[in-house]
Amino acid sequence: MQAKGRFAKLVVQVVLLAGSFLFLFPLLWMISTSLKPIEETMRTPPEWIPSTFQFGNYWRAITYQSDKLGYIPFLRYTVNTLHVAVLAVAGTVVSNALVAYGFARLRWPGRNLLFALTLATMMVPFPVVMVPIYVIFRHLGWIGTFRPLWVPAWFGSAFNIFLLRQFFLTIPKELSDAARVDGCSEFGIFSRVILPLSRPALAVVALFSFLYQWNDFLGPLVYLTDQRSFTLSLGLQFYQSQHGGTEWNLLMAASTIVVLPIIVLFFFTQKTFIQGITVTGLKG
Amino acid sequence: MAGIDKRSTKRDGKGKPRMSRSSWRETRAALLFISPWLVGLFGLLLYPILASFYYSLCEYSVLEPAQYIGLGNYADLFTDEVFWKALGNTFYYACLALPLGLVMAIAVALLLNTGVRGMTVYRTIFFLPSLMPTVALAILWLWIFNGDYGVLNYAVSSSTGWIAGQVGGLGHAMATHGMGLLGNAIMAASQHVKAQGPPWLTDPSWSKLAFVVLSLWGVGHAVVIYLAGLQDVPVHLYEAADLDGASWWQKVRHVTLPTISPVIQFNLILGIIGSFQFFAAPYVMAPNGQPARSAYFFAMMLYDNAFPYLKMGYASAMAWVLFVIIMMCTMAALKLSSRHVHYEGGA
Repeated sequence: MQAKGRFAKLVVQVVLLAGSFLFLFPLLWMISTSLKPIEETMRTPPEWIPSTFQFGNYWRAITYQSDKLGYIPFLRYTVNTLHVAVLAVAGTVVSNALVAYGFARLRWPGRNLLFALTLATMMVPFPVVMVPIYVIFRHLGWIGTFRPLWVPAWFGSAFNIFLLRQFFLTIPKELSDAARVDGCSEFGIFSRVILPLSRPALAVVALFSFLYQWNDFLGPLVYLTDQRSFTLSLGLQFYQSQHGGTEWNLLMAASTIVVLPIIVLFFFTQKTFIQGITVTGLKG
Repeated sequence: MAGIDKRSTKRDGKGKPRMSRSSWRETRAALLFISPWLVGLFGLLLYPILASFYYSLCEYSVLEPAQYIGLGNYADLFTDEVFWKALGNTFYYACLALPLGLVMAIAVALLLNTGVRGMTVYRTIFFLPSLMPTVALAILWLWIFNGDYGVLNYAVSSSTGWIAGQVGGLGHAMATHGMGLLGNAIMAASQHVKAQGPPWLTDPSWSKLAFVVLSLWGVGHAVVIYLAGLQDVPVHLYEAADLDGASWWQKVRHVTLPTISPVIQFNLILGIIGSFQFFAAPYVMAPNGQPARSAYFFAMMLYDNAFPYLKMGYASAMAWVLFVIIMMCTMAALKLSSRHVHYEGGA
């Protein structure tokens, strides 16, 4: 709906500018604080621009040394997070693509019933299955390892199956039939016809799975026991609970370091992001 | 949800599969393709659902085998003050955060959809905060809400100082003109706000509002969704409304909102489910729901019972109560909105 008239347009611009300021303000404040010397973080009235830009805060946040607590290995946490994320993203893409293909492109008895059941499971809140899944992993001896965080990704999830199935359904059946006539196996059709045509949908699934792993806090909190195996989210929370309320400039630097890769990722994949959110939010 | 299902079965359910040799081959292939999900569905969903129901009837610490105790956990739960507190806090949070978030998201989306210059830049700005990893977001807001050096209260106190002064003056006038109690109360409150802004995370009556503010900051995700919904509204409907001389608000009320109502409904239901699982931000910002458990939410209590206290049976009972509550809320949302939700091309 277009805004008509110069006055209406002006009002819209002003409101959006004010709103943008409110939304950007916390992020800018985070960066501003992260560059300040410690005394300046406690000054009233607060100042926007630090008197000196202490980029060293970032280095200190990453390699924080303290007699009592020892070293908080951010680099190690990054490696841990990537370790989990890469395995989980790979599992999510591979398993959900396979399963969605089975639902979208093949006909078999009981398919619609099983698909309805799959959709119904989306309503199950995670806390309901949290305890039994923990018990299963405990029996397998996986507590304290990364496995509980990435292995489940290899067994599909209702939401991603739904998403990819909807996409696969839009690919003309004639393409599969032609490949079948040429003697292509079912797996060949999947990997050589369907997958290459589904790159945008697969990208959405991969991106959101990565984001989920990068942000996940509850999973690592429940399953990771050794401080050295923490992920970034858990490590950041641990760091905060140890040093909380004192060196805010270092905490803000550490937070910025955790946020930054996601923001960079967003700017490189903006289109996929917007597409993904639109698709996942409009299905009603 | 039911809508998706019907639509999709209609699309691909043409013809009944007959079991010829070629279709048997297809079935076998299909079983191979979906085999990961069969493991996931039965092993990581259906079995755990049943197991969690069984645990909810047991005393279970994981360290020892589960002991069947009947409905004992549920009985304990319903007489547990902490449980009611956590449930009340969660409802309080959801009842403020969901409607406010909805209104704000739709309002911003409507503004962005006016053909305003720089729409994609604005959209990015509103969207960025919702990308923040929860732990980083929680720590950032701890700093912003900080009572002593928090920038929010500095801004609040300096901008509302003037207003508070005026209100305080009014209170003083009321107190001297025979409305003593009310006047004094207004004076005290304005004094408080004037001095330092609200004590966001240290006062039980403010702490939940802090989380509502934080949730509103993450509204950009919904903005993107509603904006896409708005762009799907057929232009001819607006043109028809224009011909009838409809005002801007009439067009929003009678064209835009009805057309995007399925999207609103879907996101409202997701929001209900999400708010009952609100965990990471309060866990970081308000350990143990401090102050005075005013920020102790349902999912935090569930986590505390399951892991630190190892009361897995009790936690499972909580999980089932949660399940029933979510089901009821969802049904209510569906029922309520079925009267107002409009589906394109029917119903």
